[in-house]
Amino acid sequence: MFDNSNIIVGLEIGTSKICAVVGEQNADPAKAGLNIIGLGQARSRGVRKGELVDAQQAEEDVRNAIVEAEQMADVEIRSVYLGVTGGHIRGFNNRGMHPVVSADREITDDDVQDVVKNAKAINLPTENSVIHAIRQHFFVDGQDGVTNPVGMLGSRLEVDMHVVHGNTNRLQNAIRLVKGMQLEVDEIVFNGLASSLALLTNEQKELGALVVDIGGGTTDYVVYTDGVIKHTGVLAIGGDHISNDLAYGLKVPLSRAEKLKLEHGSALVDDAAKGQTVTLTNDLGLPLKTINIEHLRRIMALRLEEIFQLVAQDLDQLGLLDYLRAGVFLCGGGARVPHIAELAEPILQMPVSLGQTNSVSGLKSALGQPEFVTGIGLVRFGSFKTRKREGRPSLAQGIKGALGRLLQRS
Amino acid sequence: MKTKVEPNKAVTRPAQKLAAKIFGVGGAGVHLLDRLIGGEFTGASFAAIDTDAPSLAACPAPVKIQLETKLLRRLGTGGDPERGRALAEEQFSTLTTACEGATVIFILAGLGGGAGSGIGPVLARAAKETGALVLAFVTLPFTCEGNRRVQQAQAGLDELRAVADGVICLPSQKTFRLIDENTGVLDTFRITDGLLLESVRGMWRLLTRRGLIQIHFDDLRALIHDRHSESVFASIEATGPARAREVVEKLLAHPMLDEGRALAEADAVLVSLMGGKDLTMAEVNRVMEQISRQCEQAQIIMGAAVDETLKNRLYVTVIAAKNAVAKTETSGELPEQTISRGATARAAAHATPMAPPLTLEQRDRLVSRRGSRGRKPGPQMLQTQLPLAIVSKGRFDKSEPTIHKGEDLDIPTYIRRGVPLN
Repeated sequence: MFDNSNIIVGLEIGTSKICAVVGEQNADPAKAGLNIIGLGQARSRGVRKGELVDAQQAEEDVRNAIVEAEQMADVEIRSVYLGVTGGHIRGFNNRGMHPVVSADREITDDDVQDVVKNAKAINLPTENSVIHAIRQHFFVDGQDGVTNPVGMLGSRLEVDMHVVHGNTNRLQNAIRLVKGMQLEVDEIVFNGLASSLALLTNEQKELGALVVDIGGGTTDYVVYTDGVIKHTGVLAIGGDHISNDLAYGLKVPLSRAEKLKLEHGSALVDDAAKGQTVTLTNDLGLPLKTINIEHLRRIMALRLEEIFQLVAQDLDQLGLLDYLRAGVFLCGGGARVPHIAELAEPILQMPVSLGQTNSVSGLKSALGQPEFVTGIGLVRFGSFKTRKREGRPSLAQGIKGALGRLLQRS
Repeated sequence: MKTKVEPNKAVTRPAQKLAAKIFGVGGAGVHLLDRLIGGEFTGASFAAIDTDAPSLAACPAPVKIQLETKLLRRLGTGGDPERGRALAEEQFSTLTTACEGATVIFILAGLGGGAGSGIGPVLARAAKETGALVLAFVTLPFTCEGNRRVQQAQAGLDELRAVADGVICLPSQKTFRLIDENTGVLDTFRITDGLLLESVRGMWRLLTRRGLIQIHFDDLRALIHDRHSESVFASIEATGPARAREVVEKLLAHPMLDEGRALAEADAVLVSLMGGKDLTMAEVNRVMEQISRQCEQAQIIMGAAVDETLKNRLYVTVIAAKNAVAKTETSGELPEQTISRGATARAAAHATPMAPPLTLEQRDRLVSRRGSRGRKPGPQMLQTQLPLAIVSKGRFDKSEPTIHKGEDLDIPTYIRRGVPLN
């Protein structure tokens, strides 16, 4: 068997599918890239709107996905980076302050640790816990935009943090499910964050970008400006809603609606679709029902339009829309809908494109697909974490500490 | 048959001056009236109407009308609205005289029993015939009071809606959200009454206080007159420096407004703010901004007033009116509401004679009004599909709903926006 130390696994328990991505961190510093070597997926049956509703079925599906990934990558999976999402997850910005007390007013590492600690001390409802606390910028005596204050002189050190938090019990549900399968959870990662890591280059983060991940049950979005995360959000609407709308509007069963969505769906109602119909047939090939394509597309278009409008409203309130110079990147199964970028552009009023995973090599079948972006992003997240850990004196202790913190969250 | 009517003091006031009469009908209505008399209602006259002599005797109202026939054997209506109605029809002229001379008539009643549900609608019609604006404030019974009372109340409510200009209705069941396990029965009724009285007071303040940004009586009249609308009413008070924010929070949590959903569905909203001398424009602005964000489609009428006795306090009164006609088009509603609405619409179609007998003069008035009103442009005029089926949430039926600003996003977008598919 391989040495597992440089194997990183991302597990996303999604609403429509469960996907496990196995990545290998190249030890050779010359080509410190990430290689995707395995992929396993299974239809998800126990998840609604990104959250577990049937743990037993979900467990079965996760097992299938993991086994498939293990077989493809020929490794044994022991621990995973677990993607989480759901309508309960929120992100907000918080500022921490710390006075520099040393005699020479030089900011030290300890000061930085302290200020970060202060910024993390926030008033959350008791039932919520922090998923991520991401450093944005430091301020030294009110001076903006300092990225590394160590060694600078100042009397007051402040830091802005972006904090992503969610309901502890709901997060624990997914963690417990994975733990019940004798797998370790390295860390939980917000899906939107993972997707953005897989899609955006540093340059795009610097310019300002929005990543919208339209999944089966939720739409996760993340905003970067000036190279840091400025905002995250979850809308508990996704592809499932489109299918449900179609099932209701066209009066067909849900499974059929799902199929129609994939075969005839489009985000735009073009003239060519007007008056066009498809006839559904039953098992014997007899005509059952005639579906008007224009209606189908109109229902889809309205729902997708609304998703983008809600995202745009949210960003508009925070005044972030003007800072996204790199544009909008779409991923997730919803990004597969034809013409979706054309639909989104007038609403968000900036260039919209489908995201491409960058600086990851490996399975071509996985890299080009918008559905696997989150999984790849989870691996990416893991690779950042392990790279950081290698620098620390004791790797084992570091991991233990991280896990300990994770467990203590409850 | 004996009728005690004190000489009617129909003082004709100058046209713009408000002459209000407040009627309490039935046991609950008389009881409500008890609590109301002697308050801030200077200039209003009170009258109690009941079939039950003891309840009237205890009431301090200056005008008492006891409806009584031999048939009832001094036993009241016995909880039968039909008897109440027959009685009231018999005494219709008495009721009309009692209503004369007022520009606004408030009717307080508890629906479900014989007097409230039977006499109330007839009184409203009598009041309407005198040309006054008729506002009814009614409570619906608790569900545990039994099926029959609930049905009677519903029928009474539909009748009232058909005749009164505005009906503010408080389903007692909603107060369950306000009380805890240990609240006594008496206290519960007191809370229910309190909520309703708050609406009456709020409406009164709205009509009487001079404002900086005045809501004219005509505005109110235009908002609810002849719309036969179902109005939801909330009156909220807050103090302290963060009062503007607090008021909005309380408003959105108010049981009458269904956590803000009622605002989202309303097509006309009247907001009245009242504060002490320290009321700032920024506060007014903040409150209005929040409210208008909740109800983007609605026509908003706003008023602000300063009352020196209100030190440091801020009162906000909100009336959200949903037009009965427009209801079919506001499609973004929760299924349970759709169900209940469907039920009331059906009940109305079966049970109520929608058009009360009109005099010739009234008919003329109605026809001429229809002519002038019909052409008014408005979003309600769009013809869309009728929601014939109850909107189901399909696979999201049992999962936690995704609510965004009072809208249930699980319901198909095209339905919420009323986009027709044809």
